[in-house]
Amino acid sequence: MSDIASRVKAIIVDKLGVDETEVTPEASFTNDLGADSLDTVELIMEFEKEFNIAIPDDQAENIGTVGDAISYIEENAK
Amino acid sequence: MELKRVVVTGLGAITPLGNSIDELWNNLVNGVSGAAPITRFDTTNFKTKFACEVKNYNSNDYFDRKEARKLDMFAQFALIASEQAVQDSGIDTESIDHDQVGVIWGAGIGGIQTFTEEIKGFVNNDGNPRFNPFFIPKMIGDIAAGHISMKYGFRGPNYNTVSACASSTNAIGDAYNLIRLGKAKVFVTGGSEAAICEAGMGGFNSMQALSTRNDDPTTASRPFDKDRDGFVMGEGGAALILEEYEHAVARGAKIYCEVIGSGMTADAHHLTAPHPEGLGAKNVMLMALKDNDTKAEDIDYINVHGTATPRGDIAETLAIKEVFGEHAYKLNISSTKSMTGHLLGAAGAIESIACIMAIKEGIVPPTINHFTDDPEIDPKLNMTYHKAEKREVKAALSNTFGFGGHNASVIFKAI
Repeated sequence: MSDIASRVKAIIVDKLGVDETEVTPEASFTNDLGADSLDTVELIMEFEKEFNIAIPDDQAENIGTVGDAISYIEENAK
Repeated sequence: MELKRVVVTGLGAITPLGNSIDELWNNLVNGVSGAAPITRFDTTNFKTKFACEVKNYNSNDYFDRKEARKLDMFAQFALIASEQAVQDSGIDTESIDHDQVGVIWGAGIGGIQTFTEEIKGFVNNDGNPRFNPFFIPKMIGDIAAGHISMKYGFRGPNYNTVSACASSTNAIGDAYNLIRLGKAKVFVTGGSEAAICEAGMGGFNSMQALSTRNDDPTTASRPFDKDRDGFVMGEGGAALILEEYEHAVARGAKIYCEVIGSGMTADAHHLTAPHPEGLGAKNVMLMALKDNDTKAEDIDYINVHGTATPRGDIAETLAIKEVFGEHAYKLNISSTKSMTGHLLGAAGAIESIACIMAIKEGIVPPTINHFTDDPEIDPKLNMTYHKAEKREVKAALSNTFGFGGHNASVIFKAI
């Protein structure tokens, strides 16, 4: 697992209070990991902080799964 | 329309004197002080370095981590106290008609710690407004009432009352009046506050409202003493279940007592100082007595606001003498803030519980920390100094007054 993937997963485990084994690439924040709309906003903000990037709102809307988050950050993190 | 009768069927509390009603009551009767050096933040630069904290509080004992993160401590205290009260009342939270249960909570300040942390975060970052999406719903004062309703599915009237240190007395008064009017059968009511933080202590310090007796925290809260120098900050939550009398009887509920009066008035005088003759305080007690044509002579115990501020204590005793006349000298009066500290918006709820338990147990909790009489306080008034007194309490009145000139009273009576 890449460094980015493990850091993303750690944030998700921390903020959503879910078990690490649940945080699979296919897992949807809202459907599988119990996040509501505010939780999702908070996750995006945590990713921005952790990886020192800005995720525009229209891009953030497309990040629905763990895998989406990891790919977006891998492409955009400096 | 005939007004309904209202009774108390459940109590709950998390306080500086214990995290259950039994613990709280035992400590009140035994004259224990909840004051100690502040553990929550570094007080080096603060004028006041002590307060009445809820001892060894750990949110993980009550909430999972994800839940706790979204709850300011004032809302945590609300959920803990109301869960105890709901359990104590024996209402079946599954089968009860959820539309007939309301929640009216009292918090004077709300999530001041959350507010502080978020603003610090904003000031210390790059100027981008990266506020946490839970900032607002964690901080707003009404959110405790919202959380309680969501936890149990109670869909009746739901809001928070804000009148500074009178907040939870207003909440109890509103719950009582709404049951009388038939708007719901049951209310979870009470109040909570969690302002022992830098902004809370620093803010009240600047107003010169807080005692600075740092060398002796446990005797710092000295209501009616000549050397009183302000109140001691407290925190916690206290909850009551108010229920329509017939509804309580029909389900065979344990009934603590009846609620027979509530009053709410304003001083219309000054931001923080009480009316010098206690005009608003006099009027609010009269209004509460009038609800059920209660005679002044029917009251046995008054749990006063009595915060130990120099002017407030005098004004309140003047008002009591005006309302009660000669009977004022037959009353037991006490300020349990001498032990609990001042729970701000939760004061009315914890002090209502002191009144209710006094009725139930036939014991009046004391005013501790009395050393020197104040010539401006009538020495013939029985302030229940030092030790609890056994006395049959048929009816008890609780006063609370808030910055802004808000006054609220509520009366409980044995059934």
